[in-house]
Amino acid sequence: MRAFAYQRTTQIRDALNLIAQHDGARFLAGGTNLVDLMKAGVESPARLVDIRSLALGEIGETPDGGLVLGATATNSAVAADAQVRLRYPALSQAILAGASGQLRNMATVGGNLLQRTRCAYFADPSEACNRRVPGSGCSAINGAHHNHAILDWTEHCVATHPSDMAVPLSAFDAVVRYETLDGTGEIPLSEFYLPVGNRPDRETALPDGALITAVVIPAAAVASKSRYRKVRERASYAFATVSVAAALDVQQGLVQDVRLALGGVASRPWRARLAESALRGGPATAERISAAADVEIAAAEPLRDNAYKVTLARNLIEAVLTELAADAGEESNG
Amino acid sequence: MTDDTRSEITLRVNDETYRLAVDNRRTLLDALRDDLNFTGAKKGCDHGQCGACTVLVNGQRVVSCLTLAVAADGAAVTTIEGLAGDGELRPIQEAFIRLDGFQCGFCTPGQICSAVGMLAEHAAGWPSAVTRNGSPHRAGELTEEEIRERMSGNLCRCSAYPSIVRAILEASAREAVAG
Repeated sequence: MRAFAYQRTTQIRDALNLIAQHDGARFLAGGTNLVDLMKAGVESPARLVDIRSLALGEIGETPDGGLVLGATATNSAVAADAQVRLRYPALSQAILAGASGQLRNMATVGGNLLQRTRCAYFADPSEACNRRVPGSGCSAINGAHHNHAILDWTEHCVATHPSDMAVPLSAFDAVVRYETLDGTGEIPLSEFYLPVGNRPDRETALPDGALITAVVIPAAAVASKSRYRKVRERASYAFATVSVAAALDVQQGLVQDVRLALGGVASRPWRARLAESALRGGPATAERISAAADVEIAAAEPLRDNAYKVTLARNLIEAVLTELAADAGEESNG
Repeated sequence: MTDDTRSEITLRVNDETYRLAVDNRRTLLDALRDDLNFTGAKKGCDHGQCGACTVLVNGQRVVSCLTLAVAADGAAVTTIEGLAGDGELRPIQEAFIRLDGFQCGFCTPGQICSAVGMLAEHAAGWPSAVTRNGSPHRAGELTEEEIRERMSGNLCRCSAYPSIVRAILEASAREAVAG
């Protein structure tokens, strides 16, 4: 590991200045991904600016009934928060479906969004990886890629985004709030992750030197009727093969609002807007749910060894929406 | 010129205060084992995947292999060496011995530190991925299924899992009293 300087500060402004003034300086929060990648030689910061002493750990309400998750709130704190569990249950479920108890105690909201892909070729500096070294190629596209992307990949990169948390955040139209030396800004999560294109190393729309300060989740009645379901290669403590965050609100037999996002299928959380459009306004019947799953997955293009994920994603969408429709039916009957 | 790649830090380990100079690259695990001779926490994978290095930092379980020692400056750390008080084993330690909660023993310090942190999390009402119909204010009963899920960050290559789960379940009530 390359030697690095370390500083801790309690002021956002000081943290931003330290990053601006030193080449190769990086923010450090929980460190669960960054420290690991430093050990692997994938990341080699010259300086770490520890942001866990900044006053960014709060989870609070917005005036319009949404929630603000402070950037350094831990995964554990968000998952256990009573308001999160009541109003955005899929978010709590997604966090609890990821990592281990120890890692969730360390990991933070901001760090979760900025974590890097778990593609094994990205983590191995002896392999070609356009995400790690632009222009070096992609070992995964013809390699061991059974758990790689089926949507929106390019010849430059076929990796998936590993976050569980970001999947329901995407479904709930979350907004990333950040600060730079020039002031504050906001980026909807739907625009936060850049499409892979020909520069997979450019991962987010966050300005250089910016610090994520919070994630804001707007109020949404439908979110209280949400669910996260994750398929993985072991029962606990594994990254997603495919995951689904869904929310469904049925009033007088018609779909009033529906939210759907997928994890494990693309380089970013995949908001399934085609399926949402197909369902909204009509009854939540088995036929319409099935058709919605089909229309979303029609664009999927599997790699040599991951066609199973296309079927899996389609069926998982159908299964979760069917469960939510059954819940809605019970509610209206009961 | 001062070397800004090293730091003077203070760690409070098992209620004793230690001042030490560390390379900023040093992990908390290496500082505990090699600088302070607390060799209970083990280096298994060194990538946060096996849980053998689990310790409590400010009362919460973490993996010490992904915690930089410098980032733990000022923190209170509890290792397996600090769990027993006045020559008395904690209930969870006693239960691991009596119910055969280990074979080779390599993962055991991490299992036990993790269990202590996990039981505190459960007592605080934190849910897990298998918590069903949980009220948003409490987690519900600590079942074997709950223990297996909540302890999934601690691997045991001897696969002593059934006895580990039994020991934690059996000790949980007495641990809650022991605090």
